[in-house]
Amino acid sequence: MSSPTPNSARHEDGAVDRRRFLMVLVAAPTLTLALSAETIAPADASSSAPQPADIVDAGDALILAGTPTAHLMMVLEVTENGEVRAELPRAEVGQGITTAVAMLVAEELDLPLRKVRVELAAARPELVLNQLTGGSNSVRSLYDPVRKAAAAARARLVAAAGELWDVPSVRLVTRGGMVVAPDGRKATYGSLTTRAAKLPLSRITAKPKPEAEHKLVGTATSRVDARAMVTGQMRYALDLDVPGAKPTMVRRPPTINGTVRSMKNEAAVRDMPGVIDLAVIPTGVAVMGETFGQVRDAVEALDVTWGAGTVDSLSDAGIRKRLRAAVLPPVVPRLTGYVEAEFDFAFVSHAPLETNCAIADVRKDRAEIWAGLKSPILAQQEIAAALGLPQRQVTVHVAQSGGSFGRKLFPDAAIEAARISKAMGRPVKLMWSRIDDMRHGRTRPASHHKIRATYAGGKVLTYEHRVAAVETDFRHGVGEMLTAVATRLPVVGNMSFAQVVFHLSVKVPYRFGVVTGLLKEVPLKMHTASWRSVWSANTRGADEIVVDELAKKMRKDPVAFRRESLKTARQRAVLDKVAEEGNWGRDMPEGFAQGVGFHDEYKSCTACLVEIDARNPRKPRVVKAVIAADVGRPINPRGVEAQLLGGLTDAISTTLRAGLHIDRGLPLEGSYSQFHYARQKDSPTDVQIFIMPANGEPGGAGELGLPAAVGAIANAYARATGIRPRSFPINFDVDFTPFPR
Amino acid sequence: MPRYTFSVNGRTVTVNAPADLPLLWVLRDRLGVTGPKYGCGIDVCKACTSHLDGKAINPCVVPVSEAQGREVTTIEGLAEGDRLHPVQEAWLEQDVAQCGYCQPGQIMAAVALLRETRNPTDAQIDAIENVCRCGTYFRIREAIKNAAAKMRAVDGPGLRKRS
Ligand code: FES
Ligand code: FES
Repeated sequence: MSSPTPNSARHEDGAVDRRRFLMVLVAAPTLTLALSAETIAPADASSSAPQPADIVDAGDALILAGTPTAHLMMVLEVTENGEVRAELPRAEVGQGITTAVAMLVAEELDLPLRKVRVELAAARPELVLNQLTGGSNSVRSLYDPVRKAAAAARARLVAAAGELWDVPSVRLVTRGGMVVAPDGRKATYGSLTTRAAKLPLSRITAKPKPEAEHKLVGTATSRVDARAMVTGQMRYALDLDVPGAKPTMVRRPPTINGTVRSMKNEAAVRDMPGVIDLAVIPTGVAVMGETFGQVRDAVEALDVTWGAGTVDSLSDAGIRKRLRAAVLPPVVPRLTGYVEAEFDFAFVSHAPLETNCAIADVRKDRAEIWAGLKSPILAQQEIAAALGLPQRQVTVHVAQSGGSFGRKLFPDAAIEAARISKAMGRPVKLMWSRIDDMRHGRTRPASHHKIRATYAGGKVLTYEHRVAAVETDFRHGVGEMLTAVATRLPVVGNMSFAQVVFHLSVKVPYRFGVVTGLLKEVPLKMHTASWRSVWSANTRGADEIVVDELAKKMRKDPVAFRRESLKTARQRAVLDKVAEEGNWGRDMPEGFAQGVGFHDEYKSCTACLVEIDARNPRKPRVVKAVIAADVGRPINPRGVEAQLLGGLTDAISTTLRAGLHIDRGLPLEGSYSQFHYARQKDSPTDVQIFIMPANGEPGGAGELGLPAAVGAIANAYARATGIRPRSFPINFDVDFTPFPR
Repeated sequence: MPRYTFSVNGRTVTVNAPADLPLLWVLRDRLGVTGPKYGCGIDVCKACTSHLDGKAINPCVVPVSEAQGREVTTIEGLAEGDRLHPVQEAWLEQDVAQCGYCQPGQIMAAVALLRETRNPTDAQIDAIENVCRCGTYFRIREAIKNAAAKMRAVDGPGLRKRS
């Protein structure tokens, strides 16, 4: 079984070695084996003018932004042992992208999947904006380039065999990693790669297989890295053995962005067993030692006098007040029947199970970094700036990430590790404690929503949704990518960047007459980042609750009402699927109820039906979920199912119990015993997921599932308890003693 | 500094370490055994779950002194050579892992459960507290049930004894 290596250094000598074999770097002029531009047509998205917001979504915008370099994206190499190595300019954070790409390569080359090895590329500045993992765009942006690169490699291998046997290429076929002649002669790719590399470029043209001939792509496939994961062999950043890199942690301030004034017991802490060094950095006091256990003790023993942070006086109540004051009022008068509702959503930690961490080895004239990063080019730039080094002297290796959910778009730990390594003059293995990760790590911003919908004669006439949210930090490359494209979109005009994203990503899928959505951001100096599905979880979740309330007022069944209001057959098909498979409307015992939600984004759509046991409204449990999704063209339906399952669990958590309380400038929650992300006992014992058959281009799947599930769960809760949920998470007591600051 | 000798995945090791140093850091920082993961350090997330004499423990809160003379098994020691444990097999069949970070702990917890009961109920599976932030719980549940069924099938003698 193949598995991706956790990082890939791009050594000069290695590159020289590889040139002996067939290597496809699509249209890159610097490599001898590059294919010509006619061989691989550049992605054609740039030639078509972007359409209005309804058509161009955030993922599209990311793809468009990446287009000038789309032809440079993939490196494929056929090795002498007949394996194909692909270097992927994306991060693997658990979403299964390496598997999807391996499948595409195996398909085009008629190669067993285990012979494809997908590696995560180190930061490659020449990709400019095209090395970013976000906006559910990975499969969407890679589908064409990967297939084209692999088809080109196949064509060259076939041509090499043709030359060897003096048989025209058209008479040769490929099978199981070999080129096969009509008379039965066979040659493995490994035996042909050197010859294929020498063929003149112009002679060979190639087109990807027609999709109708796909045998592997579109079938449920297990992850290529699964075996490494179940045997403990998968290496995450802190599992890498970088010579000399020693365990390091940071003592952080009692409030967000607090500063170090002075240390009272530096000498005593330096004397503690196992302590190697100590340094003050902008974010706190770093301690290095022999083991993390000893470092933790030393960090806790430090007695530091702290300066103020940036939001010391703020607590939840004050933040909520500012959001409520900021939200723009609806403007349509309540002349007819109407539904009006306000919603609040708390801050939420991304809380990836692997805390923020990185390894850094900073020398006088260069630096090397290892970390799980979704935007490594940005990391390289920021680290170079922080260290005062030229960008090319900073090497950034992308390690396997233990989860992200938006967090790892930011290289916070990598920059911090680099600063510490510079200050201490040694390689550093930096790990954030869980408490720090939850309190000082980035969060999904809190938001407030005002919705007013009016109806008459059985039809919704207007739908207004006003959002005020704490500002989301987009300074991670998505910003650059989207603003680069945004100016070209007719709808965008002079909106703020966040409004641009909001307009590109959030839309109401129903025929609700005049629909308007507006976002107002409240800047607070806190650590925020987009969280799986950005605003859609809250915004569309709230929409779906209002849809149920509209249905009730208009005396319609929630499924029937959605069905008549949806715009396309694809949308209705997923809704019908869950209604049928989930036995919508079946009798439920007292305290139990069904709920439904729908969402359309990233050129995909999904419906979710859940059953909840809310006999005790304080301790509800989702006991069953039925989900259907249409992702246009699933590459790996099993992977899509996994993403939907993840979205469901996120929705269960954030709707029912998981959030952060901000208290005088710091979250109270410090671990999973306090931030109540769902556990096994909170998750359904019956989950059925249906992926609709391929019917178009691949759409996004990574973030799709969450908003529909939020709506379904909230609606089920309302029907079971008669309580209309307005504030999320629904059950959000401080049921713990906070850790000391 | 005191000296401790114990076995890790069948190999005898001796380390000099403070008595109260958590076993997790002895494994990861001193012995290079990186399968058990850090997720909280306070026995809450269960990412570090491993076995001590065959029983589930959380080495982030077990001092190294407690391992003296005993057998520590981590995820790396579960398979016999290339032959995976039936629970690992079931994990592959269900394609459970997403980011994979919690999975060593999940698998070790499941193996420990199946040592205590051959036919775990949903309630017993619910009692596994390991956090999976990627939300793979349903696949974990299915994998545990499948593994249990498989183990019962090959575990003939146990059944015969009862009949
Ligand atoms: S790290 Fe041991 S339980 Fe969390
Ligand atoms: S698979 Fe990522 S935390 Fe469980």
